[in-house]
Amino acid sequence: MNKTDALIIGAGPTGLFTAHQLKLIGLDCEIVDNLDKIGGQCIELYPDKPIYDIPAVPECTGEELTNNLINQIKPFSIKTHLGERVDEVKKEGEKWFVKTNLGTTFLTPNVIIAGGVGSFEPRKFPSKECEKFENKSIFYSVKDKKIFEGKTVSIFGGGDSALDWAVELSKSSKVNLIHRRDDFRGAQATVDKVHELAKSGKINLFTKYQLTNVSGKDNLESIEIKNDNKEIKTIKTDFALGFFGLIMQLGPIADWGLNIDKKTVVVDTEKFETNQKGIYAVGDICSYPGKLKLILSGFHEGALAARACFKLARPNEKYRFEFTTSSKTIKDRLGVKSD
Amino acid sequence: MPKIIFNTHDNKTHTIDVQNGLTVMEGAVQNDIPGIDADCGGGMACATCHVYVDEDWFQKLPQKDDGEEDMLDMAFEPKKNSRLSCQIIVSDELDGLVVNIPSKQS
Repeated sequence: MNKTDALIIGAGPTGLFTAHQLKLIGLDCEIVDNLDKIGGQCIELYPDKPIYDIPAVPECTGEELTNNLINQIKPFSIKTHLGERVDEVKKEGEKWFVKTNLGTTFLTPNVIIAGGVGSFEPRKFPSKECEKFENKSIFYSVKDKKIFEGKTVSIFGGGDSALDWAVELSKSSKVNLIHRRDDFRGAQATVDKVHELAKSGKINLFTKYQLTNVSGKDNLESIEIKNDNKEIKTIKTDFALGFFGLIMQLGPIADWGLNIDKKTVVVDTEKFETNQKGIYAVGDICSYPGKLKLILSGFHEGALAARACFKLARPNEKYRFEFTTSSKTIKDRLGVKSD
Repeated sequence: MPKIIFNTHDNKTHTIDVQNGLTVMEGAVQNDIPGIDADCGGGMACATCHVYVDEDWFQKLPQKDDGEEDMLDMAFEPKKNSRLSCQIIVSDELDGLVVNIPSKQS
């Protein structure tokens, strides 16, 4: 059981800066994120897209912003649990008991939800039938490529993941690559490689086709694909892989007894506390009158939620406001020299 | 104000007035049209404001850019007349635009 003053759910920009604010005022915290890397939407959705509205930063990409935030919290060693989704949050005495899908548990007076639009999950094939084969012959990520050796694998998608795996698996499997249009959005070098492998017969390319049906008994046996002109092809295959990126889902947050309005969590604007004492929501996931879904708003919300955490984490102490420019205590925490 | 017509998957029709300059997605969200999730808030980063534009109207819309086409790869059951509603900006020319909302966004 991990005991901490505050647990932050979400390692996006808001979660990271909230951690900074907590450590600055002398509280400890840990961060959990469902993704396998730090940065949230900034890293997952737009690492290369420029952002122009971070105060005092005229232009930076999602990746640069994330790296700067990571640097900013470097002085504090903050424990981060990546690739874990918080499934359970329940009251235990005066505190909150939190459990992840991997079984990691926490006991904390404060839970700060900085979860963006929820957790990222892979987008799946539209056909309901696919569920039956999921994790047996249908996958949305590759954990062990050995299982595909000598088999027929049908890969769907037009981005880097689909193309990279098509190239990689074509070395030891029979690969079909199916995409809804002629253009691929992956790196040009990989696109060229795929076309080259298609020419030499190493990859069977089906463009302008989409999956319409799957069939098989226990395991997948064949798939049916259809093109824009409604022509249908049936292809024998052992596996189907779908790479359609990630989708954000509110997920278990909906089950924690919080007031939820249109997939956002309702908070007050003094502490950014939810209807549950000691549970806060900051960043894109919170809502209140006038809420703007901007990164800068998330920073403000996190700073205030961090101060609110102080009361529950240190009930016998009084929080004293200090500036980083002048406080010796804060400078000691940051590990920088005082004047 | 231009009128935008949404046909939802349950065969209901919603007609709303949308101010010039707003996107079709923003009009839908402000008017609580069911079936437009718009998770990323208009950043062309999620494909959850996906619509099928009425065939007659599809040709009249400004062309989609590459980024939109890339995102549509990830949409739920994309078709030839698929668009992201966050990329359609409402103007007087689009008065009467008809869009159909897919059964799901993800």
